[in-house]
Amino acid sequence: MIETENLMKHPKNMKHKCLKTNILLLVFFLFSPLLLSASDSDSSSEAFNPTDMIVHHIKDDYGWHLFDYHGEGGEEHSVSISLPIILYTYEEGNLGNGSLDVFMSNDFHHGEHDVEKGDNTYRLDHGHITELGGKHILDFSVTKNVASMMVSVVLLFLIFFSVAGAYKKRGAVEPKGLQSVLEPIILFIRDDIAIPNIGEKKYAKFLPFLITLFFFIWINNLLGLLPTGANLSGNIAFTMTLAIFTLLITNISGTKNYWSHLFWTPGVPLPLRLIVLPVELLGIFTKPFALTVRLFANITAGHIIVLSLISFIFVFKQMFVGVIVGPVVIAMTMFELFVAIFQAYIFTLLSALFIGLALEDDHH
Amino acid sequence: MDIVTPGIGLIFWTALLFALVLVVLRKFAYNPILQTVKAREDSIREALSSSSKAKDEVEVLKKEIEEMKQTARAEREIILKEAKDSASKIMTESQDSARKEYERIVASAQEDIRNEKKAALAEVKNQVAKFSVEIAEKLLRKELSDEDYQKKLINELLDETKLN
Repeated sequence: MIETENLMKHPKNMKHKCLKTNILLLVFFLFSPLLLSASDSDSSSEAFNPTDMIVHHIKDDYGWHLFDYHGEGGEEHSVSISLPIILYTYEEGNLGNGSLDVFMSNDFHHGEHDVEKGDNTYRLDHGHITELGGKHILDFSVTKNVASMMVSVVLLFLIFFSVAGAYKKRGAVEPKGLQSVLEPIILFIRDDIAIPNIGEKKYAKFLPFLITLFFFIWINNLLGLLPTGANLSGNIAFTMTLAIFTLLITNISGTKNYWSHLFWTPGVPLPLRLIVLPVELLGIFTKPFALTVRLFANITAGHIIVLSLISFIFVFKQMFVGVIVGPVVIAMTMFELFVAIFQAYIFTLLSALFIGLALEDDHH
Repeated sequence: MDIVTPGIGLIFWTALLFALVLVVLRKFAYNPILQTVKAREDSIREALSSSSKAKDEVEVLKKEIEEMKQTARAEREIILKEAKDSASKIMTESQDSARKEYERIVASAQEDIRNEKKAALAEVKNQVAKFSVEIAEKLLRKELSDEDYQKKLINELLDETKLN
């Protein structure tokens, strides 16, 4: 986990290839003796490449791949759910005058066919869509991650509406069924996250955000642990967006005291204030950045570890490896279940803490 | 779509769906849930405080009952004491009057007895005197026929008289 976190700390300098190499290095670093000894047997026939498999699993996809099977003639068939691709394509420097193209992901036939829409021809190449005429693309596709997120939203609505209905119907009596699952969590968020960090007077305004944050992250962490599940909460765009919500809420609700401490730290000599100012400004962004990277790295790392362990079986093709790896994968998955709720808690707790700091009144 | 370069599509969808969940659940789920929980907490708090109030009231009532018992006991004591006192007073009084009556009766009886005795003695004396006179008459009648004897008798009588 630490390895990945270090890797992900400088996203701007990273290019696709560089990262692939890094993950490869990471896997080698973790399992080098085993992989090296296995490399001889791998060179024969259809070599299993753990790195490709792992990277493919933790990355987003245009379709939702479920499984592969071999037909009678030995040809490989891939079963996946086709998802809508939504592209806004525009000429260089002409953003306002582009075209919106919508088609299904299986129109690409796994990258074998190009898709023509009006003047535009799209090609899927190694998980990237390009316009053959060199136009720019803004990609709003409902990818596997987006589809998974929609599933999570539907689940959240189902769960919360049924629980809210139960509260409305049964009134202020003891909780029952799903109520007694959600209520302690909601009360925990209220009593142990929101109130201690934000304060008795101001917490109520932020409580819905914190509850949503917690359940949104938790349920998506859990969905990501399911077989064929999407690695949504291990995607930096997802974690970054949630962290931006925290950033916006923190700074919009920041008190005068918060801003005055930020720009003109009291009790510090003038020359030092000039040094403190950029540090404080940077601090506005490092807090959500830490949130972004923490969730992303923890979830992705968990996936990589589980997938690496499973890869052993396919690398060695030995019975005893499976016997050993099986329980370890189960233990690791149990741990990931804990990480799923723990990271949701940490994200929520730190968001509450940042909001609380921005709301603090002067008490010097 | 790469691992560490956030894609605009997912940012857009995450923002949209998260905001949707936040807005919808805040309106339709959190508010009823939190309000109901709060109502329940309030009612529990109220029930607890009213039960402790009731407990206090019971305590006060118990105290009152205890006090009433105490007074009742004290009153009973007083009444019993008064009754005993009056009973013993009546007893003493009646004993006194009985003794007085007895003494009075005894005294009057003694008086009667003394009077009766006096009367009886007087009667006896009279009888004796009468008998004596009769005896004397008879004697005199008989003795007067003998002079010597008369003299002797007179002397004897005189002697007796002297002895008296």
